[in-house]
Amino acid sequence: MRILVLGEYSQGTPAASTIELALVAARLAGDPLDCAVLLIGAGPLAPPPLPVPLVTVEHSSCARFEAGLHARVLAAAVRELDPAIVLAAATSAGRAVLPAAAASLRCGLTADCTGLSMDPLTGDLLQVRPAFGGSVMATIASPGSRPQLATVRPRSLPVPASWRPVTACRRLALPESTFDTLGVTALDAFSSPGLDHALESADVIVAGGRGLRRSAGFGMLGELARLLNGSVAASRSAVEAGWIGHEHQVGLSGRVVSPRLYVAVGISGAVQHLAGMRTSGTVVAINRDPRAPIMQAADLALVGDAWVLVPNLIERLRRGGGLT
Amino acid sequence: MRVAVLIKQVPDTDQVRMDEVTGTLVREGAAAVPNLLDLHALSALEGWFSDDTQLHVTAISMGPPAAVRALREALAMGAHEAVLLTDRAFAGADTWATALTLAAALRLLGPFDLVLCGEKATDGETGQVGPETAVLLGLPFATRVRQADLEPAIDGTRAVTVTRELEDGGDRVRLPLPCLLTVTAAACPLGLPTLDGKKRARRATVTQLDAAALGLAPVEVGLAGSPTRVVRVERPVLRRQTRRYAPGDAEAGLDDLVGTLARLGLLPSDDPGAR
Ligand SMILES: Cc1cc2nc3c(=O)[nH]c(=O)nc-3n(C[C@H](O)[C@H](O)[C@H](O)COP(=O)(O)OP(=O)(O)OC[C@H]3O[C@@H](n4cnc5c(N)ncnc54)[C@H](O)[C@@H]3O)c2cc1C
Ligand SMILES: Nc1ncnc2c1ncn2[C@@H]1O[C@H](COP(=O)(O)O)[C@@H](O)[C@H]1O
Repeated sequence: MRILVLGEYSQGTPAASTIELALVAARLAGDPLDCAVLLIGAGPLAPPPLPVPLVTVEHSSCARFEAGLHARVLAAAVRELDPAIVLAAATSAGRAVLPAAAASLRCGLTADCTGLSMDPLTGDLLQVRPAFGGSVMATIASPGSRPQLATVRPRSLPVPASWRPVTACRRLALPESTFDTLGVTALDAFSSPGLDHALESADVIVAGGRGLRRSAGFGMLGELARLLNGSVAASRSAVEAGWIGHEHQVGLSGRVVSPRLYVAVGISGAVQHLAGMRTSGTVVAINRDPRAPIMQAADLALVGDAWVLVPNLIERLRRGGGLT
Repeated sequence: MRVAVLIKQVPDTDQVRMDEVTGTLVREGAAAVPNLLDLHALSALEGWFSDDTQLHVTAISMGPPAAVRALREALAMGAHEAVLLTDRAFAGADTWATALTLAAALRLLGPFDLVLCGEKATDGETGQVGPETAVLLGLPFATRVRQADLEPAIDGTRAVTVTRELEDGGDRVRLPLPCLLTVTAAACPLGLPTLDGKKRARRATVTQLDAAALGLAPVEVGLAGSPTRVVRVERPVLRRQTRRYAPGDAEAGLDDLVGTLARLGLLPSDDPGAR
């Protein structure tokens, strides 16, 4: 096998990022049947067919996600299947499991790639990733080291819109010792109110900063986000003011996002904030200060008071499409 | 309780400028500072285990001799002791070679009940070194921790229950000690160095260890020991042609914005089924 993809799923359905990575793998390998998606769970696992064959590991200890255990299972599966490349989505799960698996396989790993291609001469995987807040793009390879591991930022690689489902599925039996939990118990999971869409996968993000002046500003931005079917994010200053939880913070010490539309309201655009959103598709900035750095980093810059412009925009959108 | 906090020295992002032409960040000339998320871990520690009068914190960093400054900052913020892993042979290490070096140091200086890392470093932003180090030491680990509660010992084994921060919420995991945690900025507002701490930091001697002292061969560490290689580095050009509207043109600006939303297919009326 050439490429193994670590799959993620919830309620029996594979994550969009898993289908995306399966398609990326099929393109890199040149043949979907030379790839597989690995699903780990308590079983029985019977997801709908994916673009590449499935390999499942079913064991009672894997009822809940636990990074260390999943990494041991992945490493054992890699020893069994001997892929040249192992990919996972650069989600919180993928970014915890892959380094642990890399360490036990004693091989190289590149985090958060936004570009992948094969070097036709060496067969090395060429992995492109942003560093220093996206100001530098580094191409990384692991010459002579196999397998080659990478986590891939969701929605950063082009994939075909339609694909042919592959029904092949294989259950992999692994030695019982693989499932040693090391005494770790995953207790429970919860979702944060207000995070309707994970910021990393949101198409639209409406973000607010200190310029909103008070917490009610986020009520207004929440309304705008609802109309645009998007999520609400914030600068660090807004988080520090206590107007919104840290899980909404975008930037160097928060999340890195790349939505199709990023609306920054009352955010000055400090380099640490730009580091988290500069690769967004279209950037709209609403700010009273025409010289705020965010205004240089935006496609559309509206100079003015957020408390005038945003309600006006909401009103237009409510009037149905808003075109007058 | 003996705790090790891993502190990386990174370029100061506050001194990073934006290049107006290319839209990229310029780091030349930026001074080196401790990775902020590592200091959050250190601050969080003191909050989580404030009842523990036996708490002893060792700050460990791998880096050039100048990284001693980052360690002194950690000492000023409450670390009791600091160790710098420094050797020409360590230069150019990728996350694997870094983790190997840090794991050797933790083995030599330990045993520790707990090892803390930042969630990620602000330069490489991989977040890989923590989990890799844990596995090399055979320790259980949890990433993106924002809260940790120590449980009373049962049959001599102690455990910690952590809350992790995830894309759409979080989860809780119980880990036996010793273990390794990577900590998010949400764990704790950054503490300030105390006057006392500053004095202590100035006086303290920072132990220095090289590859030989860690029992590592030069081929295992640094660039020589790194499976990954940077083949190429490019500065991407991300220029935007800004369309600007002054306060007097607010209506025209909003027209443009609504038009932009329409082009992107994002207007509420574009997808009535979604609401
Ligand atoms: C190591 C490090 C890491 C950091 N990490 C992050 C991070 O992850 N994310 C992050 O965001 N920051 C981060 N920061 C902080 C960053 O440097 C800035 O301090 C922060 O982003 C500023 O937030 P802000 O834009 O909301 O506030 P400000 O800089 O105060 O900007 C407020 C803006 O609102 C405008 N405004 C005021 N009133 C109005 C109004 N009525 N209508 C419209 N506009 C108005 C003002 O003109 C101004 O531009 C970090 C800093 C450091 C040192
Ligand atoms: N050279 C280093 N010295 C000490 N700690 C490090 C070093 N590199 C990484 N770390 C730790 O590992 C975390 C993640 O770093 P990274 O994998 O580089 O994003 C950091 O927040 C530090 O706690």
